[in-house]
Amino acid sequence: MSYLLRRVGFYLFTAWAALTLNFFIPRLIPGDPVKSLISRYQGQLSTDAINSLYVLFGIDTHDSLWDQYVDYWKQLLHGDLGLSFTAFPAPVSEVILDALPWTLALVGVTTLVSFALGTGLGVLAGWRRGSWVDGLLPATTFLSSVPYFWLGLVAIALLAGPGSFFPSSGGYEPGLVPAPDTIFLGSAVRHSLLPAATILISSMSGWILSMRNMMVTVAAEDYITVAHAKGLPERRVALNYAARNALLPNVAGFALSLGFIVGGTLLVEIVFSYPGLGFLLFRAVQAKDYPLMQGIFLVITLSVLVANLLADVAYLALDPRTRKEG
Amino acid sequence: MAIPTSSIEQVIPKQGAMAQPAAPRRRRWRFLANGKATTGLAVVVGYVLLAVIGPWIAPYDPDARSGELLQPPSTQHWFGTTHLGQDVFSQVLVGTRGVMLVGLLAGVVATVLSVLVGVTAGYLGGLPDDGLSALSNVFLVIPALPLIIIVTSTITEAGDLVVALVIGFTSWAWGARVLRAQTLSLRRRDYVEAARATGESTWRIIGFEILPNLTAIIASGFVGTVIFAVMSEITLAFIGISSVSPWNWGTILFWAQSQQALAQGAWWWFVPAGLAIALLGTALALINFGIDEFVSPRLRSGGRARIRTADGRTVRMRVGFTPVLAPPATVPAPRTKETTDE
Amino acid sequence: MSEPVLEIRGLCVDYGLGDDAVHAVRDVDLTLHRGEVLGLAGESGSGKSTLAYGLTRLLPPTGVVSGGQVVYHPTDGPPVDVLTLSPAQLRAFRWAETSIVFQGAMNSLNPVHRISTQLLDVIKAHEPKSTAAGRQARARELLRLVGISADRLDSYPHQLSGGMRQRVMIAMALALEPQLVIMDEPTTALDVVMQRQILGQLAELRQRLGFAVLFITHDLSLLVEFSDRIAIMYGGRIVEQAPAAELYRRALHPYTEGLLHSFPALRGPRRELTGIPGSPPDLRAMPEGCAFHPRCPDAFGPCDKELPPLGPPGDDHPGRAVACWLHPTAAPAPH
Repeated sequence: MSYLLRRVGFYLFTAWAALTLNFFIPRLIPGDPVKSLISRYQGQLSTDAINSLYVLFGIDTHDSLWDQYVDYWKQLLHGDLGLSFTAFPAPVSEVILDALPWTLALVGVTTLVSFALGTGLGVLAGWRRGSWVDGLLPATTFLSSVPYFWLGLVAIALLAGPGSFFPSSGGYEPGLVPAPDTIFLGSAVRHSLLPAATILISSMSGWILSMRNMMVTVAAEDYITVAHAKGLPERRVALNYAARNALLPNVAGFALSLGFIVGGTLLVEIVFSYPGLGFLLFRAVQAKDYPLMQGIFLVITLSVLVANLLADVAYLALDPRTRKEG
Repeated sequence: MAIPTSSIEQVIPKQGAMAQPAAPRRRRWRFLANGKATTGLAVVVGYVLLAVIGPWIAPYDPDARSGELLQPPSTQHWFGTTHLGQDVFSQVLVGTRGVMLVGLLAGVVATVLSVLVGVTAGYLGGLPDDGLSALSNVFLVIPALPLIIIVTSTITEAGDLVVALVIGFTSWAWGARVLRAQTLSLRRRDYVEAARATGESTWRIIGFEILPNLTAIIASGFVGTVIFAVMSEITLAFIGISSVSPWNWGTILFWAQSQQALAQGAWWWFVPAGLAIALLGTALALINFGIDEFVSPRLRSGGRARIRTADGRTVRMRVGFTPVLAPPATVPAPRTKETTDE
Repeated sequence: MSEPVLEIRGLCVDYGLGDDAVHAVRDVDLTLHRGEVLGLAGESGSGKSTLAYGLTRLLPPTGVVSGGQVVYHPTDGPPVDVLTLSPAQLRAFRWAETSIVFQGAMNSLNPVHRISTQLLDVIKAHEPKSTAAGRQARARELLRLVGISADRLDSYPHQLSGGMRQRVMIAMALALEPQLVIMDEPTTALDVVMQRQILGQLAELRQRLGFAVLFITHDLSLLVEFSDRIAIMYGGRIVEQAPAAELYRRALHPYTEGLLHSFPALRGPRRELTGIPGSPPDLRAMPEGCAFHPRCPDAFGPCDKELPPLGPPGDDHPGRAVACWLHPTAAPAPH
């Protein structure tokens, strides 16, 4: 229990750090691009909207840094992330909420599947050393070095295009209205196949390699010899004794690699014009839509923190040694 | 994007790293005997060479336009041309320099930072350790790429140097964590305790007793960071955040993407750049495998898995079932109680 | 003499293959009788653990058994050569007939499973018809046998002390009531008090259940007290075998003599402590002739030329065997 409390405390601290970072970054931008953009839209903005933007970006204020900081926090806790310039006059929070489910679905599903598949194959490769599975390793090494987005480009070039089953871009058939019906969902799924496959292939190799290494290391441990000496069936030794222990560093590593995975997914979204947070960030950066950029960074960071917390809970469940009191 | 796969880097909290302290000097060269490592090293050296001489041996100026627009590979243009008639091969060659520079510089910056933070935290312990650990954990958890994107986008002209520094300053945390764990475990070893007991100064202890034993991990961390740095800078160039004037492979892909190379079927525009990245990444990963196997002997390939016995049977080396080589003899009749033993 | 339960004949175990092979166990003959305690002593690297793992075929990957027979005599049924068993047969044989108490229970218990699971899964594997309730009862009984209270059943290994873990290993080894229990340095990692306790418990269990023990250790003084017969290993070979009391009273092989003088005895009159100069031989570069001769205070003529065969010494000593030119054997042990 104390382990979990410490982790939660840590995540709260990191969240605070991320938000503070978010506070400082726009104040480092040379020039005053935000101010000029505000003056352009001035007639159409309500005073509240202008104020919230001022608070977020520290414009035109004679308040001390500390006061700005306090105002910033007050505003954030109200969920007000300002207005987006590119999606004007939609508030940033709304724009993000539109894109979030797409990324969650894509990242969530592919990450879990790739971890499960990669770990499974890694167990096979590590347990039956010297078998055919070892031949896969050079291929997987190569695949894990290929940038996600390049793989996406190749996939589009080879598999997508007019007349093929796989659409080359977008999240769903243009013209369809997002609604929880089979037509829309079917189209959404079809559009997510290539992006998902791209992420899957590239990230799975990492898991296979690390799991294999751990299995090989664990296979030399004493308790495996004992398990064999006990005459237990092969499957039990491989799974309950070896894999169960080899899994632990992988789960710990999984939490830490979420940051990388998110990065890779962003790129795939860009390549496929998939309407998730990554694509949104891409367009925001190109248009210098600072409020949107800030908001997306915040949301991404907070999601990664939550995911990390979940992974820590999983680790707690798997490794009884972490439940040691005190 | 490669997820860190080195087993050295799998650190379970409270259990320290899995690597063992360094071998005596002559064993270090055995690292080079590892096939994977030497292949990787050779490829990387090749890339460094190209980085140095690339601009000189490139057949064309990468910016030079010509009349041959979007031509597939030919004898004049080995990798074909872009929409402006520029030679893709030259672009790839010249781009090597930018990529290697940024990768290596970012690697150095991140490694230096990780050594400073990690070893200090591990050696000093107590409050400095808590503070530094909190700092590295924060940087570890915050997703690197979005952070890099945001920071770089606020800088107007993000050239190679800036990009390298930004990447270096955001990716040191992983290495710091591993080094801290290993320093913690080394600190408790006998020879370090002995050095402290005889009053050796802290700097000498760190420099002579601890650092040499960390070389494998530092090397592995450096290689990993270079991989990450190369990927990140290519990504930044591809998205169009870093400035487009210095050539690197990401820039090539940026132009390929924005000019709809795919739609026009100009595969030669983006395939070479991607393959270049993949090859470099693979080579660096191989070096890391070599380091891994050197440090954890269990991972070394155990030689032949199948053996032929004297009577022609094939047996396999298998964990838990030791093979028997001799042909089986018949079991003699059980001894009765009257027979004397021995 | 009771009937034999295990007969090892000419066992050879190597690490590696071909010319690079290291011969860790060379041509070992050993016989264990029912209910007997046979102690196996020797320095580190003498091959005693390799012998134990080799005869149950549990060596780590580069190990191979390159020759010999390991004949096991079950209480019911014909004798069987363990080395010829198929993996499935070997699995059935393991633990039910022969179990092992491993050295250093630190790492011998699976850290992510409870004690109860580890005690029971072996019962489940060998007796698929057993019921869950029956197995639970068995687990409690096993813990009671070694003096651990039943409420520890649900603990994880890291929650137990070193001594308790070792006792759990012993309990686990007895789960299927095997005929032979191999103990590889079971008390080395424990303090002396705990050592005493565990040995006492073992003696009691043996009285009750009647299994044979192959007790492997480098501590000869323990063996002198605890075992019926003792075999000494050096450089991968057996160099002396004798009933325990006789060995203690009069060791024939200079190496045994050296060993006896290296440890203070737990009881009895004081002995002068010396040691054995030099270090164990490198198995890859064994000396010519007798492997011990470079360190032997009594080495003479034939010692560095020919390997002395193991057999009963010239004079009339029934039940003893020694491989030394000082006591040349008239009739080498039957192969």
